[in-house]
Amino acid sequence: MRVRRIGAVVIAAAAAVAGLTACGDGGSGSDKFVVGIKVDQPGLGQKQPDGSFKGFDVDVARYVAKELGYADDKIEFKEAISANRESFIQQGQVNAVIATYSITDDRKKKVSFAGPYLVTGQDILTRADDTTINSVEDLKTKKVCGAQGSSSPARLVEKFGDEWKSQFLTEQQGYGACLPLLENKQVDAISTDATILAGFAAQSPGKFRLVGQPFSEEKYGIGLKLEDKETREKVNAAVEKMFKDGSWKKAVDANFGEFGKFFTTPPAVDRY
Amino acid sequence: MQALFDEFPVILDAFWLTIRLTLASGLVALVLGTILAGMRVSPLPVLRGIGTTYVNVLRNTPLTLVIVFCGLGLGLVLDVSFSTSLSTNYMWLSIIGLSAYTAAFVCEAIRAGINTVPVGQAEAARAIGLTFGQNLRLIVLPQAFRAVIAPLGSILIALTKNTTIAAAIGVGEASLTMKTLFEAHGDAVVQIFAGFALGFLILTLPTGLLFGWLAKRLAVVR
Amino acid sequence: MTAVTTEPARRPARGRAESSERVSVLYDIPGPKARIRNNVLTVLVIVAALFAVYVMVTKLDEKNQLSAEMWTPFLRGDVWLNLILPGLLNTLSAAAVAAVIAVPFGFVFGIGRLSERAWIRLAAGAVVEFFRAIPLLIMIFAVMFGGSAVFGLTVTPFAAVVVGLVLYNGSVLAEIVRAGILSIPRGQREAALAVGLRPGQVMRMILLPQAVTVMMPAIVAQLVVLLKDTALGFIVSFEDLLNAGARVLPSNFNNIIPAVIVIAIIYIIINVLVGTVATWLEMRSRRSRKTAAQPIARPDSPTAVEGGLGNPAP
Repeated sequence: MRVRRIGAVVIAAAAAVAGLTACGDGGSGSDKFVVGIKVDQPGLGQKQPDGSFKGFDVDVARYVAKELGYADDKIEFKEAISANRESFIQQGQVNAVIATYSITDDRKKKVSFAGPYLVTGQDILTRADDTTINSVEDLKTKKVCGAQGSSSPARLVEKFGDEWKSQFLTEQQGYGACLPLLENKQVDAISTDATILAGFAAQSPGKFRLVGQPFSEEKYGIGLKLEDKETREKVNAAVEKMFKDGSWKKAVDANFGEFGKFFTTPPAVDRY
Repeated sequence: MQALFDEFPVILDAFWLTIRLTLASGLVALVLGTILAGMRVSPLPVLRGIGTTYVNVLRNTPLTLVIVFCGLGLGLVLDVSFSTSLSTNYMWLSIIGLSAYTAAFVCEAIRAGINTVPVGQAEAARAIGLTFGQNLRLIVLPQAFRAVIAPLGSILIALTKNTTIAAAIGVGEASLTMKTLFEAHGDAVVQIFAGFALGFLILTLPTGLLFGWLAKRLAVVR
Repeated sequence: MTAVTTEPARRPARGRAESSERVSVLYDIPGPKARIRNNVLTVLVIVAALFAVYVMVTKLDEKNQLSAEMWTPFLRGDVWLNLILPGLLNTLSAAAVAAVIAVPFGFVFGIGRLSERAWIRLAAGAVVEFFRAIPLLIMIFAVMFGGSAVFGLTVTPFAAVVVGLVLYNGSVLAEIVRAGILSIPRGQREAALAVGLRPGQVMRMILLPQAVTVMMPAIVAQLVVLLKDTALGFIVSFEDLLNAGARVLPSNFNNIIPAVIVIAIIYIIINVLVGTVATWLEMRSRRSRKTAAQPIARPDSPTAVEGGLGNPAP
């Protein structure tokens, strides 16, 4: 019977661990302002080794929260991945999502958007010493790395065709995995939103060059509950204030470094 | 159902890649696994040590990690380029990962097979003056292989299923293709899944039957 | 000629070979010539291995993978506390939750396959064989996309990984349970039925208690497989240990190759620990006098070969 007892202990211990993970789901009902952000996007939303968060999205979140009357210690960041952003908002797990969240008509049916607070487009990152790539057309004969599940590589495949896809495209797990491939000449370019590219490239100054010829338009918005028009108006006002008082520019320079020059003018807030 | 018929050529292509991955990795893993098994029973402690370390490291590392490492690290370290085409290149990198991982299991199977050979056979071989290499090659391994045909079949089936993990480095085999089709045809998820599930049943069930039959036919009668 | 000079040295050497090393039947205990040859070969192998390591290290160095800033993050406590350990915790909790559900799943379907009623037998058999034949990653994708497309549920990566792990490993565990019950000598069941126990009672009171002892090592070994398979979650953005190594750490330090190596070492340590428990359980249950049956091997296990001889496993 001792074996069975050991089995029982193992199962009990496992159940305890399971119970632990089930808890800790704080809702947004309290006096905290809970924001869903990305945690693995340098320059935008990134978890630091000390447990804090850093990036442009984080700065926007802090500014907006402050304008809405929440002190710095009342902001709580929660990891949002691309697939669960809508449900986070709909289920009320967060007050807002600020996580490289593009405003699209499809998403407008499920959530409402304040902003946009940043307009970017699909761009190209190459090695600093590679002068052969200057526009999207040059990618036709260049090896390109993209992230699985991202819409950026799909746009290139649509443009260049399936033959190009099998010859010149590799899709890895996230853009972070593409960087060493680019650095060591396994591929010649990475192509996705300029903000994401700038964030990664700003970590290794001097190594990479952002082409700066965007060939699509992405408007990053702040996702809110569909019916909450009042908060949306307040957030829009906060964003506009951020544009005007120079905090926006400061945040761009702090997070994108030498690549800040690609994001000079704040967009116009869209009150749809 | 329409989506399934429309995309049939794509699905077929994906499974053809799955089959190629399986056969190539299976072959490399068989050779590498046999060498490793030989190392693990060899007279040289250093060879035994290397063999044991290899098997323990690879068996205890998740295959996903092995393949990610091959995709990112190996291309970098070895500076290898198998082809000018990126997709072919990553196919070969994933084959390296799959065979390196599977070889550890092949090695263990063959070692178990070596244990089924009666002591007397090896002793007789030594008595007539065969060296370790000759003993292994002429007497022990031929019998060991015939004893482990069924386990090798299980390993091949596991390998067939494991090739899906090549998706981790963007190799467009069955699982990655299924995911892409899911994204393109959100209303036909069930049909597409059924199609791919059937595809894997078609690949794995006959393999199991074939190896079961071979194992019976080639069993060493004692 | 040389034999004479080496004579004094031979005896201690041979004595060592006989006592500390288990004698292999595949080769003779080396004589003086063989020992010299073996020593030369050993040196050659070591030189070749060192050369391979050297080539790899220089290559890594060439690509700046050995520079200090790539590796120093692993000496910092906060990196471990805030970036690596949360991933490890997620991996362990996914594995624990999946194991807790998969074990009863395995018992239900394993016993179901031995049911007296044909329809239960067939249904359980179909479920088990289906989920064993489908690759786990395909299942995880199907749960992830099927959940929202068919049932309108938002499936988190955690849920997708756990459901996939339960279906696959539960099915393998069902096979272990079935094999465990079948390994109990037939006479026991017959005797129990003869004294008037009902089939359910026979299972509960006679077969299962013994079968649990027999299959415990195989179950724990399967749990190692389950733990390893949680890494598949990385492909569907589950924030597990592999995710910490391949996404979170490189986003801070741009050091994906060192990070993957360190993460691999963590996986190996955990799996070796759980594997050791399996081996220990197997030894215990081999010694156990609670049942006449011997521990069973996992189905699909590469070492599931009948018979045995005395070639010592090095």
